[in-house]
Amino acid sequence: MFLMMGLIAVGCVLLITVYLLISGVPAICEIGPINFLFGTKWASTAAEPKYGILPFVLTSIYGTAGAILLGVPIGFMSAVYLSKLASPRLKSVMQSAVSLLAGIPSVVYGLVGMLVLVPGIRKLFNVPDGASLFAAIIVLAIMILPSIIKMSVTALDAVPKEYEDASLALGARPIETYFRVSVPAAKSGIAAAVVLGVGRAIGEAMAVMMVAGNVPNMPDSLFQSVRFLTTAVSSEMAYSSGLQRQALFSIALVLFVFIMLINAVLNFLLKREKE
Amino acid sequence: MPHQSLSRKRKNYEALMKVLMLLSVGITAALVLFLLIYVLVKGVPNITWELLSTSPSYLTERIGILPDILNTLYILLLSLLIVLPLGVGAAIYLSEYASNKKLLALIEYAAETLSGIPSIIYGLVGMLLFSNSMGTCLMAGALTLVIMNLPTIMRATQESLKTVPQSYREGAFGLGAGKWRVVRTVVLPGCVDGVITGCILAAGRILGESAALLFTAGFAHTVLSFPLGMKSPGATLTVALYVYAKEQGEFGVAFAIAAILMFMTILINFAATIVQNRFEKRKSL
Repeated sequence: MFLMMGLIAVGCVLLITVYLLISGVPAICEIGPINFLFGTKWASTAAEPKYGILPFVLTSIYGTAGAILLGVPIGFMSAVYLSKLASPRLKSVMQSAVSLLAGIPSVVYGLVGMLVLVPGIRKLFNVPDGASLFAAIIVLAIMILPSIIKMSVTALDAVPKEYEDASLALGARPIETYFRVSVPAAKSGIAAAVVLGVGRAIGEAMAVMMVAGNVPNMPDSLFQSVRFLTTAVSSEMAYSSGLQRQALFSIALVLFVFIMLINAVLNFLLKREKE
Repeated sequence: MPHQSLSRKRKNYEALMKVLMLLSVGITAALVLFLLIYVLVKGVPNITWELLSTSPSYLTERIGILPDILNTLYILLLSLLIVLPLGVGAAIYLSEYASNKKLLALIEYAAETLSGIPSIIYGLVGMLLFSNSMGTCLMAGALTLVIMNLPTIMRATQESLKTVPQSYREGAFGLGAGKWRVVRTVVLPGCVDGVITGCILAAGRILGESAALLFTAGFAHTVLSFPLGMKSPGATLTVALYVYAKEQGEFGVAFAIAAILMFMTILINFAATIVQNRFEKRKSL
């Protein structure tokens, strides 16, 4: 009986994979893999519908890259400070704060982004609409911050004290020690934190839906209204039918493939960290 | 200059790193404070008894979130009720019964994979699996969240099973107890705190979930009864927030819901810290 329960997780993964394949592959075949993946125009409700998802793929990649570019340095630096320099009191206060940040529902991020970030960007950069790739990048950067900080702190805390003592005894200053000895020693853990952040950012739907503007443009500029892979699925699902609906499942399949790749990398890094 | 102990380059490096670190911690702290204060200031004045205790009515143009609160509770209870035995059972299998290393690794890999899948994909699969057969309803939403939270419960239980001393098990076996009896009387009571931690973490995830519920549990705002109402569609607080903010432009209500969600998040984090602290204490005994 317990074996059955243990196998449920495996069953769920198989079920998800099979269902996504069954519902996602037909549309890809019908549209043609090249047209689907590299088509630059998405017009699912036009008289002559076009199903090219390159704009979504690129938006997701740019958006994630931007979030990593903004979020990782801040998260990494905070993690080093919290793990090595902060007083125990500050560390515990900040850790609760970071947990809170992690626990805030994504729709709340979306709401605040909609009312603070979007008008802010419009005024600051003098663009007609603030709902843009840039707004999504900032929201995503904030949302991945807690995962990055938490995981990096755990990795840095696990660095053997002897390494640092040895470096200090050789005359290195504390800060030099932390960045040149502790950080390299914790590098797979920190890399795993970054990969986890990538996974979070690429999979986030609701917050992005509320701030990115949701128009299927190619992401040519930071201030363009764009649609991510995740939001492409959810924004048309409610009223879709036929090939359009199938194409949405194909988008989900593409997203799933991305996520599985990221998971594989994450698992590899975590295994190395354990060793 | 006699004793210049540090070269200028090293001094600059140190100062630069220090500034960058403090700046980063400052930004993080400021973000948390800003979000907290902004949402509470904008939301709390909008929380009225009428909002909390009525359902929306187009006739009187009244907005109430009572149905959404109830739906959230229903989904929370239903999912936890179903996921608990499954997750705890799986964890017991992994740490007490499993002897096949390969199978063990496979199950753990599956759990890792499940926890990495984004909620929008759960929403889609939940729609295909559950909503297509039983219709868009609270039950379908709850079942979707069961799959999503399985790894959370599994991992928390497993962690706590590891802290049950091997000697307890050996003692019980030595007294002639069978495997199942040992699990039931020695192992299970020992992992209660892990199960509770798992529940709290899962509850946090369920409360904040929206993408997975959009297409499985629907948007309706009517008060549903238990248990028959589980077959009807209903919006949770998060979904209601999304609908009110994005589709209806009712930002006052949206912020009121956001403030309620914020309170719940704080409460859940607080509870998780308390349980975890007790857990640590016991581990160090």
